[in-house]
Order: sequence, then C-alpha cells, then structure tokens
Amino acid sequence: MTLDLELVDRTATAGTATRAPAARSTGRHWGAARSSLRRPGLVLSVLWLAAVLIAAVAPGVFASTDPLRAAPRLKLQPPSWEHPFGTDQLGRDLFSRTVHGTGLSLGSALIAVAVGIVVGSLVGLVAGFVRGPLDSGLMRAMDVLLAIPALLLSLALVTALGFGTVKVAIAVGIASIAACARVMRSEVLRVRESPYIEAARAGGARWFRVLGRHVLPNAAGPVLVLAVMEFGTAVLAVSALSFLGYGAVPPTPEWGSLVSGGRDFLGSAWWLTVMPGLTIVLTVLATGRVSQGGREGRE
Amino acid sequence: MTGYLVRRLGQAVVVLWAAWTVAWLVLWALPGDAVEVRLGIEANGVTPEQADALRASMGLDQPWPVQYLTGLGRALTGDLGTSWENGRPVTALLAAGLQATLALTALALLLAVVFGAGIALLATGTRYRRLNRALLNLPPLGVAVPGFWLGLILLEVFSFRLSLFPAIGNEGFASLVLPAVTLAVPTSALIAQLLSRSLQDALDQPWADTARAKGARPSRVLLGHALRNAALPALTITGLIVGQLLSGAVVAETVFSRTGLGRLTASAVTAQDTPVVQGIVLFAALVFVVVNLAVDLLYPLLDRRIVPRAAAKASRP
Repeated sequence: MTLDLELVDRTATAGTATRAPAARSTGRHWGAARSSLRRPGLVLSVLWLAAVLIAAVAPGVFASTDPLRAAPRLKLQPPSWEHPFGTDQLGRDLFSRTVHGTGLSLGSALIAVAVGIVVGSLVGLVAGFVRGPLDSGLMRAMDVLLAIPALLLSLALVTALGFGTVKVAIAVGIASIAACARVMRSEVLRVRESPYIEAARAGGARWFRVLGRHVLPNAAGPVLVLAVMEFGTAVLAVSALSFLGYGAVPPTPEWGSLVSGGRDFLGSAWWLTVMPGLTIVLTVLATGRVSQGGREGRE
Repeated sequence: MTGYLVRRLGQAVVVLWAAWTVAWLVLWALPGDAVEVRLGIEANGVTPEQADALRASMGLDQPWPVQYLTGLGRALTGDLGTSWENGRPVTALLAAGLQATLALTALALLLAVVFGAGIALLATGTRYRRLNRALLNLPPLGVAVPGFWLGLILLEVFSFRLSLFPAIGNEGFASLVLPAVTLAVPTSALIAQLLSRSLQDALDQPWADTARAKGARPSRVLLGHALRNAALPALTITGLIVGQLLSGAVVAETVFSRTGLGRLTASAVTAQDTPVVQGIVLFAALVFVVVNLAVDLLYPLLDRRIVPRAAAKASRP
C-alpha cells in the first residue's frame, strides 16, 4: 500500500512541477553546462564560494604563513606579491589573517542560518499545516518579531546573552526566524493543496507521515534558496556585530574585526580596511548570485 | 472609516505591547544574572548583601510576574526606567539622541529614494540593453556591501585623501553627508530592486499598450502612467525601510563618531545597559508601527480603488 502511495506521489510531483522526464536527463545536463557558460557570473560565484569554503575548512591550503606571527620589521607593508593583502601594524600577514578568519566568519554565519532556518521552518511548517488559531497565533508572533529591526533584535539578544562569536551567531539566527517562518508557511500552504497530498491523505497516511514525507520535501526548495540568501545576510550581520566589538576577541582573526582593526590606520594603510572588506563583499555577492541562480533554476 | 481607524489603532497598540514583551522576555527573562555581569561581584569584592541591595533597588528580587507587570505599568505611563550606566532616565537619553538621528535618517531616506528611483527609472526607460544590465547589477552590489566598510571607505577617500568632508562629529551639514550616503546605499538598492520590478510589471499591463497606441511618448508612458502605478507597491515597504535606516544608524554613527540613537544603542549594548536597550527596541517598534499605520491610512487616499476595509486585509504583510 505504501509503495503504491509513493508511486502516486512521484507521478503527481512530475506532473505539477515542470521537470523534464527522466529519459531526457542526459540532454539536460549538457544543456545546464552550456547555459552555465552563458552565465559567467554564476560560475565565478560558485568558484569563489568553493574557494572560501576550502579556506574555512583548511586555511593552510591558501595561506602558509602563521596569521598570528608578528614581524615588526615588516609592519604596515602595502600589498605585494609576497603579501597580497599587505601587512598590519605588527607585521602580521593580512592575507593569511583573512584566510584564517574565514572559518570563524563562515562558521558563525552557518550557525545563524541553521538556527533561523530550523526554528523558522518548524514554525512555518506547523503553522501552515495545522492552520486555525495556532497558525494565526504563531504568525502574529512572527509579525511582532518583524516589527523590530533585525539588527536591533540581535543587539538586544547580545545584551542578554553576552559577547562572543557563538552568542552573536545565535542572536543573528534568532533575529532571522520570522522571515524563514513566513516563507516556509507560504510554501506549505501551496503544497498542501496539491493532488498528491490529497492522494496520500485519502490513502490513509498518518498526518506526520504526510508532513514529513510529502509536504516537507516539496516545500523545501524555496526554503533552501532562502537559506543561501540568508547565509549572505548572516555574513553581513555577524561581521557588523564583530565590527562593533561584540564578536571575536582580538588577536583572533575574523572578517568584521579585521576591518575594525584597520579603522585606526585610515589615511595611512588603506589595505587594512579595504582587503578584508572586499572579501566580505565578494562572498555576499556570490551567495546572492547563487541563490538567484537557484530561484531561476526552479522556475 | 472611523471603525476602521479605531481597529487599526487597536492593532497598533497590541503590536507595541507585544514588541515590549518580546524585548522584556529577551532582556530580563533569559538566563544570566545582570547584576553579576555588571558588577563582576567576585572580582570587585562586593559583598552578597550589597549585591542583594542592588538587586532590590533594580526590582530584580521580585518574582517574574511582578517584575513584568511593574515594568509594563511604568512603560504605560511613559517611564522606561533609568540607565544602569549613568542613572539618567531612558526617555531623556532617547530624546537627547533623537534629533541627530532624525536628521541623519531623513537625509539618508531622501538620498535613497532619489538614487533608488533614479536607477529604476533609468534602467527601465533606457533603450540600451547594456546600460539596463549594468544598472540592474547595482542593487545586488548595494545590498552586499557592509555598511561599516562602506563608511570607512568613504572616510578614507573623501575625508583623508580629498579632505572634502569632516571625518567625525555632528557639526554642520557637511558632517552629515558621508554617514547619510553610507546609510542610503543599502536602502536605495532595496528601492531600486522593488521599483524596477513593479515598473516592468506596470509597463506590461494592457493600459500601457493603450497609452502607447494613442501616441504617448515612451517617457510619458513611463513617468506619467507606469511610475504612478508602480510607486504604490513601493509604499508598503516604508516601514521596513525606516527600520533598516534605524539599525543602519547604529553602524554609521559608530563609524563616523556621531552622537545619536545609534551610538546610544552601541554603547548601551557594550555596557549591557538593559533598560536603555529595551527603550531603544520599543522606540524602533513604535516608529515601525506609526509608519505602517500612516501608510495604511494614506493608501486609500492615493489609490481610490482601495476601500479601507479591503485595505485592512491587503496591507497585512
């Protein structure tokens, strides 16, 4: 019986979504490769994000110098072949510091997105599936969260929780719950009207099975696209809070605090602010482009 | 109309109460002893009795419901408590910072609307596809640039290299320009994105074809017909934009060493000055609620097709 149901489910999905039949899938792959050549921005974005991810996991691949080793002789050197990002006031290699700061920056953003997406999706899923007073209660609560600007909400959370990268990440994540909940809810509302949900229900599947096996997988796409976009937003928010001094403690390198460290050398050593900042800009731009690509891919 | 007004006002009050409650829950009910954090009891050799006395003076020795209701009752009478840092009333601190931040955000809003609408109109109206693409690439860039970094770059270029604007301070209009531009960039990107999409939607409508068929020039169709229709959806994000400007002010005022609400926020968070932070959150929610209320009430006047009852439903975000 369950086997039949899944068959129904699959065919229904293929019918509603505009997916090409399996037989033509090889042709589609070539098509994807060709169309990606016509979109150099997307390819570059994916490559950049891949490089940034490698830097986060294994910073040694890109930067062999110790990010904490001071060399007073080499202090405040402008960018050169040897030090692509220049050196800071203690003669530390800024490129190495930026690369080694990637893990902390991306890790915090990842925690933030995980908190936001998991809690937000759960709220949205329950609200959209259960409907009724629980739905309207939950969504009114989300509306209230949206009435407080996200940065101020995370600042209030940081005031209560205390300082540090993980706490900042959690605060940023909590502030993004409401937006995720709304996307998830609207997706669930869309999916639950589909014929295959009706079929699954008519077939006698229990509600949590319908929710977990049918509603969630089909509603997950836009939420994933949102997650990629939220990741960029989280990188910005985490680095802003670090810049304000609530995140990473120096000398630990982190993108936001690196920019903040360059603040005292404005007018003399531009690279100290420009280089780590550009890294943030490119990373956020790339996540935006990839999330846009994902959206276009779904349409 | 009166019934609608009363109901909308009631909703606004409920949202404010809820926002105050959220801030209270976050700031007072989350684990962590504020007194201990503030005094560093063990480090400073404050006796437990003194700490208890301090707790009692802050009302922290009371059970939760009592603390909540006392705080709420005081907030209702306009008393937001006093700063733990300097003992001044929170309302006085907010009032002191309000003017500087209002000037900053107002100029930023003006710049954002001019830039944003300019980009959207130029991108939609141009005949050159390259210009259109180049312009449409600007908003994603504007959203990706961190405010604090942009502020520092502007400082580096326009204050330190070209000496055009003062680097810090509140004096005069010149000190307002760079922070306002910093604040305006992400907001203008948001406006440009939304407006260019709704302009395109408007131009695809049958009435745009009619206007063109009757011989109206493309610029007239764009500025006279499409813009009027496209501007209305943009109004709905006003609340969001004002919130964005307020939170952007935290960073902009810190970077440019200006006084104001943003700077007050940053220093209150650094000092873990709970009553001040709560006052600021409440203020931000108040601004959001008032702006949304104003937009909802203006909407039927700008678009006669909308009757207030329908507006109540449509405006819910």
